[in-house]
Amino acid sequence: MKTTLTVNGRSHQVEHDARRTLLDTIRDDLGLPGTKKGCDHGQCGACTILLNGERVNSCLCLTAMHDGDDITTIEGIGSPDRLSALQKAFVEKDGYQCGYCTPGQIMSATAMLREVSEGAPSYVSGDLDGAALTDAEMAERMSGNLCRCSAYPLIREAILMASEAET
Amino acid sequence: MKDHFTMDEPQPRVLDETKQGVIGTPMDRPDGARKVSGTAGYAADHKVEGMAHGVLVRATISRGRVTDIGRASVMDLDGVIEVVTDPRMTRNPAQGMAGEAPVQPGDDVHYHGQPIAVVVAETFEAARDAAQRLVVTYRKEDAASDPDATPDTEVGDPETAGDFDAAWAKADVRLDRTYTTPSQVSAAMEPHAAIAEWTDGRVELRSSLQMVRFNKAELADTLGIDADRVRILSPFVGGGFGSKLGLGPEAVAAAIASEKLGRPVRVVMSRQNVFDAVLRRSETRQRVRLGASKDGQLLALSHDDRVSNLDGEGFAEPVSQASQFLYRADGLSFTQTVARIAATPAGSVRAPGEAVGMVALEAAMDELADELGVDPVELRLNNLPDTHPMDGRAFSTRRLADCLQDGAARFGWADRWTRGTRREGDWLIGMGVASAARSNMLVKSAARVRLQGDRAVVETDMTDIGTGTYAILSQIAGEMLGLSPDRVDVRLGDSDLPGASGSGGSFGASSAGSATFLAAKRIRRDIARKLGCPEDALTLQNGRARGDNREADLSELIDQELVGEAEIEAGKTDESHFSAGFGAHFAEVAVNEWTGEVRVRRMLAVMSMGRILNEKTARSQALGGMIWGIGTALTEEVQSDARDGHVVTRDLANYHVPSHADVPGDMQVVFLEERDDWANPIQTKGIGELGISGAGAAVINAISHATGHRTYDCPALPDRVISSLAP
Repeated sequence: MKTTLTVNGRSHQVEHDARRTLLDTIRDDLGLPGTKKGCDHGQCGACTILLNGERVNSCLCLTAMHDGDDITTIEGIGSPDRLSALQKAFVEKDGYQCGYCTPGQIMSATAMLREVSEGAPSYVSGDLDGAALTDAEMAERMSGNLCRCSAYPLIREAILMASEAET
Repeated sequence: MKDHFTMDEPQPRVLDETKQGVIGTPMDRPDGARKVSGTAGYAADHKVEGMAHGVLVRATISRGRVTDIGRASVMDLDGVIEVVTDPRMTRNPAQGMAGEAPVQPGDDVHYHGQPIAVVVAETFEAARDAAQRLVVTYRKEDAASDPDATPDTEVGDPETAGDFDAAWAKADVRLDRTYTTPSQVSAAMEPHAAIAEWTDGRVELRSSLQMVRFNKAELADTLGIDADRVRILSPFVGGGFGSKLGLGPEAVAAAIASEKLGRPVRVVMSRQNVFDAVLRRSETRQRVRLGASKDGQLLALSHDDRVSNLDGEGFAEPVSQASQFLYRADGLSFTQTVARIAATPAGSVRAPGEAVGMVALEAAMDELADELGVDPVELRLNNLPDTHPMDGRAFSTRRLADCLQDGAARFGWADRWTRGTRREGDWLIGMGVASAARSNMLVKSAARVRLQGDRAVVETDMTDIGTGTYAILSQIAGEMLGLSPDRVDVRLGDSDLPGASGSGGSFGASSAGSATFLAAKRIRRDIARKLGCPEDALTLQNGRARGDNREADLSELIDQELVGEAEIEAGKTDESHFSAGFGAHFAEVAVNEWTGEVRVRRMLAVMSMGRILNEKTARSQALGGMIWGIGTALTEEVQSDARDGHVVTRDLANYHVPSHADVPGDMQVVFLEERDDWANPIQTKGIGELGISGAGAAVINAISHATGHRTYDCPALPDRVISSLAP
């Protein structure tokens, strides 16, 4: 099968097995291994990407269903010598240990900050009019991203730091 | 030439005298930018030309023999290259530091989930499809898979000091309790992965491994080739926690398939494979008996346990390890029973022994304090031994009392209310404490340091599994050579480099760090000679050497590369002194009176664990351990089918590692200053495992304080908490 994807601003036509997931396409066909496979079942969040601006688990997306879609991966967020505010904050706060879930955490947090700024409520929000970026809000909204090294408190400190740097 | 050093006597505190001033600082990790940008290369990330994809096939019986692998059932599928079986394939990962092949079962099946073949195809999808469709024929045999019911047990000899029975008989208060903890798994976020490629009879393996020096020997022995024909690369490891100590079956399968097919092969375990075929932590059944006098002196302490493993595995979870040195008593006794079952074998998972053993011991101490009517902190303070209770060795350094007292003050322990009396709406509130303890080790390690002008390179096969090795080795070499750590490159995880301890048992930083220290020290000698001053007069700082009124920039003084290589191993101090990290965990929880849900509201750990090399990465290690404690207390449980031993909870939706929402923001860590001169020449102790040791018990004790009732089975799931409340 052939599918056309725009990834990090570049258009790619990929030929692939009908069973191929976006995750494997991104990692193996497009040579962007920053997106990680932790479970291949949508349970860990390590494969989080932005699909047309929304965060999704790329392991749960079949490539064939995304012709013409726009994708951002961790490589599109920043490179080692040009890190985003969130990436810098993860380094400064030690919001990681082994680093394997980190691209997913950062992709998820990138989208989450936008969701909060747009007023999207979460399960722990007091009402439907949105909420401030409290620790409880971050914990709730980031719970789709597991970190077995358990850097959770530091990940949330990093997200808060980055959000403050941007406002 | 390699300097060899044996730890035979206490060592001077050189790192307190050097002038660069980077030891202990909360420096960012040098590998950080790569990790946050997705450019750190983990095992499966590498793209190798012509690579084929392998998927492991698991046995679906718990004991017996494969009579036909069913190759014909899949060979017609598009893209399938081969179904590879081989007598050299391994049934499970090697145990930590084995250095030899794991059991190679041939056609025999020893447990449900055992890898029995690898299907190799042109694409991952084709290999996965074929592995699932493969029609395997077995001859089944009966085997016991229930650890509680199997008749096949090995009862160890009791380890004793004093006369337990006599001390027990004399006690005014006797507590006899049984606690259970379930099987647990490491569940590192990176599934086990390997890419193997053969060139001119030599195999290069990229795999996610914690102990490259041992893994190299394991692969050579498994394949039946000389070790010099094996190279292993493991520069980034996506979490280990014990699960990647030993060479795994995916690596062996990749190496064999690649050899047979004459092309590179990648084998990545599915998450389900990881649950099935990677060593788990044994479930435990623990009986703790504490006998005390009315005034709160422990007289008798016994901690007996029952764990399980598969035949042929020498490992048994050392459940009572900390119970043997934490408290004093007139009579102590420890007996272990190992049940043999046909099920996924058991091995090391973060802090083997202490992680689960201290849950029982520290819960029992809490209960004893309640029975005696004394404060749980006081009970612990009143029963600290003068020397190791089992063998009489002196403690090297132990600030457990300071940790308990400092932690109590910081946590507001004095304001603790009567058990079961604080309520906020539907929530019952409680505070708990537990001691933390984890024995400290030094494992043979080598490292090489190269100094080129005012830049240095550290080379060792040591790994960084998230622990911060890249950071701390650059700090140690930088400190010793008077260089900013950003002028030190650290090369790790390559078996062609000097062999280190690897990452395990919290001994990595001390062992590989000491080797790096000694290698750099060797170079200091050469610098002093070049400068023309005695070594003890030499000061190195910011790329400048000073001594005896002479001064020079290293960039000018060092006109050709200086190389220092050193190896360290444990020696006589280990016989004379017992070294362990100590600390105190405090937790506050809220328990929902109607649902039994437990929320951790805050935790504090105060720890004394030798010299801190990097305050930032040390804190992360400690926090990680504490959160594993939350998992132990509240969420984590492998459930297996007692009939055939197959793992039921074989993914991350069914095995619950703590998530963001399980962990409060208020997680505090305090390090008390300490130098362990008897441990190693950099005065450090292990950190990563101390954080978990006792942490779960603090949460369990807080639940009991909140509700006024005890739970004896971990994790304290809502149904267990609710039933503990029933009259």
